[in-house]
Amino acid sequence: MFRKRPPPEEERRVRANDREYNEKFQYASNCIMTSKYNIITFLPVNLFEQFQEVANTYFLFLLILQLIPQISSLSWFTTIVPLALVLSITAVKDATDDYFRHKSDNQVNNRQSQVLIRGSLQNEKWMNVRVGDIIKLENNQFVAADLLLLSSTEPHGLCYIETAELDGETNMKVRQSVSVTSELGDPNNLATFDGEVVCEPPNNKLDRFCGTLYWRDSKYGLTNQNMLLRGCVLRNTEACYGLVIFAGPDTKLMQNSGRTKFKRTSIDRLMNTLVLWIFGFLVCMGVILAVGNAVWEREVGSLFQSYLPWDPPVDNFLFSAFLSFWSYVIILNTVVPISLYVSVEVIRLGHSYFINWDRQMFCSQFNTAAEARTTTLNEELGQVEYIFSDKTGTLTQNIMSFNKCSINGQAYGEVTDPLEPPPKRLDFTPFNPLADPDFCFYDDTLLESVKVGDLHTHEFFRLLSLCHTVMSEEKSEGELVYKAQSPDEGALVTAARNFGFVFRSRTPGTITITEMGRPVTYTLLAILDFNNIRKRMSVIVRNPEGRIRLYCKGADTLLFERLHPCNQELMNITSDHLNEYAADGLRTLALAYRDLSEEEWEAWSESHRCAGKATDCREDRLAAAYEQIEQDMMLLGATAIEDKLQEGVPETIAILSLANIKIWVLTGDKQETAVNIGYSCKMLTDDMTEVFIISGHTVQSVRQELRRARERMIEVSRGRDGGKEGGVEGWEGACYNGNGFGGGQAGATGGGGGGEKQLQCPPPPGTPPPPPPPSPPPPLPPLPPQPPSTLMDNISGEFALVINGHSLAHALEADMEAEFVLTACACKAVICCRVTPLQKALVVELIKKHKKAVTLAIGDGANDVSMIKSAHIGVGISGQEGIQAVLASDYSFSQFRFLQRLLLVHGRWSYLRMCRFLCYFFYKNFAFTMVHFWFGFFCGFSAQTVYDQYFITLYNIVYTSLPVLAMGIFDQDVPEQRSLEYPKLYEPGQLNLLFNKREFFICIAQGIYTSVVLFFVPYAVLSDATQSTGEPLADYQTFAVTTATALVIVVSVQIALDTGFWTVINHVFVWGSLGCYFTIMFAMHSQTLFIIFPNQFHFVGSAQSTLLQPVVWLTIALATVICIVPVLAFRFLKLDLKPQLSDTVRYTQLVRQKKRKPVGRSMGGVRGGVGSVSEGRLGARGSSRRSGYAFAHQEGFGELITSGKNMRLSSLALATFASRHSSSWIDTLRKKKHAHTHTPPSASGECSPAPSYVSGSVPPLSTSSSVLGGSQDTPVEEGTHTPPVQSAQVDPVPSTHTPPPSAPASEAACVDVVSPTSVRCPGGDSPGGWTLSLGMVQEALFGWKGIAARTSGSSSPGPPSVAKETSNTE
Amino acid sequence: MAKEKANSGPLARRPDNSAFKQQRLPAWSPMLTANTVLPFFYCMAVLCMLLGVWLLVTVQNTQELKVSEPEFSQIYLTDALCASALMISILFLSQGNVFFYYGLRNFHQNLRRYMDSRDDAQMVGRKKNLKSPSTYCEPFEKDENGLPIAPCGAVANSIFNDSFTLVYHGSKGSTIHVPLYRSGLTWYTDKNIKYRNPKVDNLTLAQVFEGTAKPLYWHKPVYELDPHNPDNNGFINEDLIVWMREAAFPNFKKLYGILNRVSEPFTEGLPVGNYSIEISYNFPVQYFRGRKEVVLTTVTWFGGQNHFLPIAYLVTGGLILLLAVILTVIWWKFGKDGKNMKE
Repeated sequence: MFRKRPPPEEERRVRANDREYNEKFQYASNCIMTSKYNIITFLPVNLFEQFQEVANTYFLFLLILQLIPQISSLSWFTTIVPLALVLSITAVKDATDDYFRHKSDNQVNNRQSQVLIRGSLQNEKWMNVRVGDIIKLENNQFVAADLLLLSSTEPHGLCYIETAELDGETNMKVRQSVSVTSELGDPNNLATFDGEVVCEPPNNKLDRFCGTLYWRDSKYGLTNQNMLLRGCVLRNTEACYGLVIFAGPDTKLMQNSGRTKFKRTSIDRLMNTLVLWIFGFLVCMGVILAVGNAVWEREVGSLFQSYLPWDPPVDNFLFSAFLSFWSYVIILNTVVPISLYVSVEVIRLGHSYFINWDRQMFCSQFNTAAEARTTTLNEELGQVEYIFSDKTGTLTQNIMSFNKCSINGQAYGEVTDPLEPPPKRLDFTPFNPLADPDFCFYDDTLLESVKVGDLHTHEFFRLLSLCHTVMSEEKSEGELVYKAQSPDEGALVTAARNFGFVFRSRTPGTITITEMGRPVTYTLLAILDFNNIRKRMSVIVRNPEGRIRLYCKGADTLLFERLHPCNQELMNITSDHLNEYAADGLRTLALAYRDLSEEEWEAWSESHRCAGKATDCREDRLAAAYEQIEQDMMLLGATAIEDKLQEGVPETIAILSLANIKIWVLTGDKQETAVNIGYSCKMLTDDMTEVFIISGHTVQSVRQELRRARERMIEVSRGRDGGKEGGVEGWEGACYNGNGFGGGQAGATGGGGGGEKQLQCPPPPGTPPPPPPPSPPPPLPPLPPQPPSTLMDNISGEFALVINGHSLAHALEADMEAEFVLTACACKAVICCRVTPLQKALVVELIKKHKKAVTLAIGDGANDVSMIKSAHIGVGISGQEGIQAVLASDYSFSQFRFLQRLLLVHGRWSYLRMCRFLCYFFYKNFAFTMVHFWFGFFCGFSAQTVYDQYFITLYNIVYTSLPVLAMGIFDQDVPEQRSLEYPKLYEPGQLNLLFNKREFFICIAQGIYTSVVLFFVPYAVLSDATQSTGEPLADYQTFAVTTATALVIVVSVQIALDTGFWTVINHVFVWGSLGCYFTIMFAMHSQTLFIIFPNQFHFVGSAQSTLLQPVVWLTIALATVICIVPVLAFRFLKLDLKPQLSDTVRYTQLVRQKKRKPVGRSMGGVRGGVGSVSEGRLGARGSSRRSGYAFAHQEGFGELITSGKNMRLSSLALATFASRHSSSWIDTLRKKKHAHTHTPPSASGECSPAPSYVSGSVPPLSTSSSVLGGSQDTPVEEGTHTPPVQSAQVDPVPSTHTPPPSAPASEAACVDVVSPTSVRCPGGDSPGGWTLSLGMVQEALFGWKGIAARTSGSSSPGPPSVAKETSNTE
Repeated sequence: MAKEKANSGPLARRPDNSAFKQQRLPAWSPMLTANTVLPFFYCMAVLCMLLGVWLLVTVQNTQELKVSEPEFSQIYLTDALCASALMISILFLSQGNVFFYYGLRNFHQNLRRYMDSRDDAQMVGRKKNLKSPSTYCEPFEKDENGLPIAPCGAVANSIFNDSFTLVYHGSKGSTIHVPLYRSGLTWYTDKNIKYRNPKVDNLTLAQVFEGTAKPLYWHKPVYELDPHNPDNNGFINEDLIVWMREAAFPNFKKLYGILNRVSEPFTEGLPVGNYSIEISYNFPVQYFRGRKEVVLTTVTWFGGQNHFLPIAYLVTGGLILLLAVILTVIWWKFGKDGKNMKE
């Protein structure tokens, strides 16, 4: 804070191994400090911070006022004691927080790392690492700072990192060093490395780095692909060396962990408004009393001057009135009690602890309990109206499990009869020692079928074990680890493994599997890789007997078209099965094979080569070649993979939506996957009236689609209201969901889906520039006037909206916002797919802005951080590896299902308690303070207090604080089970019913009424009364004691009425407070204290002489009765005539307890809701909704395999070969680039097709045909003889032509800019995880040539327009 | 629980299963049902009415006679001397103790600065404070000579210093001075703790108070308030103590004396007959538009005559009863057996 800041860096220059040089620039060291104070600065800084709070300053101001004798109507300690208490409580809390920050800072700063100093590796603490140091990282170590990767133990300077802590992605990413440095293998070489890096100044962009390495008179471009960022973990790499570029606070991790936005709850805001009003009220009362004082002093006081002359500075009644105003401000300040804020904090803290302590939110799997990371938002949990949820990792576990399959028309895995006890899990070990023990399958008929040697079953699993791009790693015999590109693939291969077809290993040209215990090696002839248009992948293998066979798996719709006609019957059966699977929300794939004769193969591989070498439209030609061979296939069956939902997700969503909470899923996933998950977690149901899909590419089309959706809603709801339902079907242009493939391939889906609902999405615009409305809707009147929003509010019928990322970009534009909100909020469920993190935040902001509703965002990854931060409440899913979301969140727990407990139990209670607390708090302070106001009319407006000053000091902090705190912390209206059983109980929070301005005024009115009673009853009684010994009771001290006692008793009775849940603690606090009051009063009025401080304790003896009087007690009793009876009657009436649901539930509970026997579900209506939801779903089978196919990955991986690039040297016999391959592979990719840019391959001649002598028996052509193989005219033989091309060939001209998208968002926005025909974004249309990692791999390999910008786009939801364009051109 | 914490297994971080932490403390959740509220209302109504009746009966047994200023200010006007006499007649025997009060109307003893203008440390006999009174006593802290005033402050300065004599005009024309106790008028704590004379140490009270001045409006210094009775002199003079106990409201009465029933004909109380009150008029009230009054009353266990309390109880009881009936009707018609509790 006090450190002088160096001027902002323009660029950063770092020279390796040269500390002196680097010190010139005063770069930040690697020591991080997140703490705010140290021992010396704590007090001043903390006090300074605290007095920035308006309330604290106000009380300080009061304190100063009280020091002016002419004004001081109260002793200074009446303010300073509570103020000191409040300040010290806050200070203690701040100090504790800071202590833990210190601790974690120390822990991080003292981590060890190995630094290369003067040629030798030395252990250093992290905090001592300097910019320019070279440090060595070992496997599984955290990266200490932002490093430039120099070399690693892996080939090509590759290394793998896990960036979970940084961005939440749990899969591994590849980083590669610049080629020149990757050769600097050992410390000695590195010690002499003196390259200088010039790069951008520190920033917080995780996916961008731009710099240049100058070394030995050469320049090397540096990109993000060369960087290891702090917070990452090194994986699968023995060790690597890196040069520290950014350290400590300059690292991207720290730059990203900015102070989280300070969040306030709506109650907070309301409270602040109310406090301001109360200030206004206070001033009004002050003015009234001052005017009164002026009048009184003029009329009466002036006459009374001889007995009481004015104080010296006062010379007329006006000045006296002025002083009186301030005096009354001091006296009446207790309407805004100083303890309000601190009490609120204490209550929230208590609620936070209850969340932390909740066993039912503890997840034993991850050993994590729920955590309230922010203690100030609890009551807002009871007011949530919108939940924005991430999908992967939040709703789903990101675990795919092989769930069901259909082999040759026979369905397996269908044993989930809910009535029977769950069947036993199959034990594969006796049958297959190589089985994966974690694999679950329950249907033993399938295993039997394998055992008896059913040919189809064997072929089925053989296909699964061959047709994939999984890599295996066998650490020891039988201990197989599969590294799958996508979890679906892993699940399939694992399934095959357990059923006896164990994929063991692969080389670029072979696949070795263990078939029923017998090792078999297949020659891999070609991989016809997956891409997003093909939606299928195939392999062509030659088995040891020499037979060539093509195995294909892919989306059923596409596969079925390519089957041999003789499969018709089987296809129908399988199709039925697929429909069933789809209805269950499973992800399906159809499997087929085709036998190829040697001649067919030869012919095809020739044409394939031709296609590969083509210079223009190579992609399309290759696709056509693939198309050619993938024909006349024989159907084997289908698989169904379950994208495992987190436990209890559908139930939670059902309950939350019953609680009137709208759930929006914002995911980076593909539309099909997202919709699929929407169905499986019951957000979307088949009994929904309609599901709209918005996937337009231009503003106009999005606007049109939104309007149509809305019109349709109105139409349907009108139709429904009019009793004629279902009359309108197949409404033109309303782009509702036909099947899983949603808005894209109008042509492609037509045939296969067998869907009843036809997909009627217009082919996406975004094709040739002026987008002609395709499949033209009936000429709509020039966009009908917007339906009034009132109409939209009472839409009946359940609708859902699915919107794509690119449409969302348009929908979020300023002029579309309102329209989007209008449409989306009329829907029960909204799914936004392919959204960027920024868009997630924008959507949240949109709802915050337009709906004034409380929003909650829940997610697990770094891509959710922005939305977690911008929502009112952010929830992070912990226990997974990523920690970014948790760090940014306000609450964290490890299972989505805990959300229901957090909201419906804790949130509801918190809200209830806070509201009751506030109501009571304002009440009791008004009752307390307003008595002074009334007394003012009797004491000449002289600002005389009614009570003893000690009573005023202690009233708020001792006599009445604990019971209300106990209520605020422990109160429950209904038990926790009930609030889950009756989600409707949540509604009062959303509607703000329990504490709002109206409730506030009621409390205030009640408080004022009480004060009137408390003043005038004792006044009327005491002014005439005497003791039985004749002494009058009308003296001031008796009056003060009587009123104070009556006040304490009345507010205690009131809290007793307000408390709905009397625990021991409540009893202790309520009775204790009363006891405390009397004890303290007797002590204060005791002789002892008076003898010591006669001027301070002049109430001596008042307590006993007053409280011994029956009249006094009769007065107190009368006042209490008059205060309480109306309240009691009012509450009783309210309960009797207009009971809230909570009252009803409570009543039922009470009755039930009394009868001691379960009275059936008397709340049929409410309960029924839950039931009907699930039933409705079970009955909704057989819809046309065809599930998403289980492909989540991306093309290009096949090539990676056939090139051998990603295989460990150890696992690959022919290392040299690998390098040669890799060169060709890289080149192919580069050429692909060139193809994009319409430039002819610059070095096609050098590019050797991959030879495959490796596998011996294979004809030379085989591998070259793999995927995008860079096939050339050059004969194969010639190719193999060409010397390997240096992989490090530097292409001086970066071949990018797209504007380098710096952030995903801009990429999305670029969609229209990029001419679709010219760009083929590699796998631009595939979802999250793998996309990114593969993108990284590619980037790693050619990114440093300066093409990084191009591929970085692939990590973001790419432009599907491109893909679709291609399909059109087909 | 300790065991649980000790093990470091997968449940090591599981929160304790205590009723407190799980918010499952046994609790009583009362509810305002008709079964509890309506009987409560009826009970309250009956209770309040009974109390009211009882109090009313009690209050009826007390007698009070109030004479206010206009009646004796006329006498004051005719008699220019600062003494006056007032004829009153008591028409029935006042049983038991009879208390004699003086009352003031529109005299604000409850002004903030007035109430602060006293020094309890001085009045409790601290010598230091005797000589240097608290600044709160301004401007009645020191006299024009700079001598500290004892007792200082506006309260003491404005002491009510009229004196009253009650004279009984017997049936035979004889006049008897009604004997009044001028002590026992204060709280025990006031007389014995709160007000003490400075330590005497063989000195007379006059010597102790030497070096102090009498309050400006006083006719005689504090040590001469009751020269005959050392227990009623100085700061522990009961008239002073009574005055120093400030009244809460501008209209108040303070105890002046209690009927001394040792001699005939006052052993039973004040007999029926004519009385006159002789007043030495020292305390002017006209200029602040105040009024004086004299009150004679008898008391019961409950204190003096006070009609407000019994009537308030009766009215409250009646209202509660009314409310209870209304609530019962409403409940009977609309909410019986939790009718509304069912959705």
